[in-house]
Amino acid sequence: MAAVYSVLASGDEEGFWAEAAPIIPHPGELVFGIVAFAILYLVVARHVVPRLEQVLSERTTAIEGGLERAEQAQVQAEAALTQYRAQLAEARGEASRIRQEATEEGAAIVVEMRARAQAEADRIVAAAQQQIEAEHQHALIALRSEVGDLATELASRIVGEALADEARSSRVVDRFLAELEHLEPVAANGAGAPTGQDG
Amino acid sequence: MRAQSAAGSDGFVAPDVSDFWQPLFGTDGPFAVTRASVVLVLSVVGICWLLLAATRKLSLVPGRTQLVTESVYGLVRNSVARDVIGSKDFLRFVPLLFSMFILILVNNLFGVVPPIQFPTMSRVAMPAALTLVVFVLYHYLGIRKRGVVGYFKSLMPPGIGIGLGLLIYPLELITYFFTRPVTLALRLFGNMFAGHLLLLLFITGGEYLVFEAGGAGMMVAGGVSWFMAFVMTVFEILVEFLQAYIFTLLAALYLAGAVADEH
Repeated sequence: MAAVYSVLASGDEEGFWAEAAPIIPHPGELVFGIVAFAILYLVVARHVVPRLEQVLSERTTAIEGGLERAEQAQVQAEAALTQYRAQLAEARGEASRIRQEATEEGAAIVVEMRARAQAEADRIVAAAQQQIEAEHQHALIALRSEVGDLATELASRIVGEALADEARSSRVVDRFLAELEHLEPVAANGAGAPTGQDG
Repeated sequence: MRAQSAAGSDGFVAPDVSDFWQPLFGTDGPFAVTRASVVLVLSVVGICWLLLAATRKLSLVPGRTQLVTESVYGLVRNSVARDVIGSKDFLRFVPLLFSMFILILVNNLFGVVPPIQFPTMSRVAMPAALTLVVFVLYHYLGIRKRGVVGYFKSLMPPGIGIGLGLLIYPLELITYFFTRPVTLALRLFGNMFAGHLLLLLFITGGEYLVFEAGGAGMMVAGGVSWFMAFVMTVFEILVEFLQAYIFTLLAALYLAGAVADEH
């Protein structure tokens, strides 16, 4: 041990470290070892490991993100398919509903048209009948005065005297017509108003 | 060195301990700057430069450099740190273990890389320095977690009676404070020292046999010796990698023991 101490003290004595047992640590090397490792550790801990950890976590995130995106895309595709099917079914229902409605509406229109045509026809028939009636009436009235005139004319001719007196002649005509009405059931309320346009 | 200088005078002198003592600057005393120190500093500069360059531009899809860096990093991070320490708090030890692994690996490989050809860890002070870091750290972590008394209590294996405990406890103390650090340092040192000494022996021995011993048989023996040197070099590369891995793995184990919840 004395030799060790003296070498440690002087440091100039030749040969000790060259022949020393190899398991005696050399102080200089020990210091170099610790300092060099400390420097390496600082560089690795401050710069190298953070960078590597960052890229590892980024990669994990990227892979997980990719999987998540794929999953999301699948979910979206499924939702779109479901929605498409629902829309298709809805469209089919709508189409059949419209067809049904059209059929019903068509039938309704036919019925309505038929009714309208019937009404029109009835109206036309009624109007025609009314007109016929009116014309009949008119003709009857015209005929009555005409017949009166003719008859008066004829009578005056036959009798040979001019029945100039209007009042008398109209009385005679009325009487004559009243007799006629007994024979024919015709409404003769206005028959007593022959105007005697001839006189 | 000595083998060559001595060979001229009187036969072959086998390489020995003194071949590993190579002070380069200053004195050859206790604070001499030795070849091991210079190689270590060079390795640290080289490793720092390589790692910083390789991690400058990292991408999600790695290139070749990044792939190699990530594989080495992944080996330490996942196969050593995470598997041994557990996924809860292994990340804070990853920088330590990674720098330890890469430093030992590179310095071990320097043992066979031509311009350097000196395994730094064959000087016991180098593994001792790394071991000192591990030793101090795992005791510090254990004491910080359990307190001084709690830590020394936790060294006692659970489920043992007092009688047996009195017998076991000193052994546990010796394990934690002596066996672990000493074996950790000496295992690495011994492998590198012995391996390199063996290479030296085969190479200088072959040289002596071929050039100085004289005779055809000796020359053939020298050739065989050189061939053995080549085989041992290949084997040495395997050992160098393995020792770096084992040192890191054991360091992780000791640290894991200190931070584990149960003994």
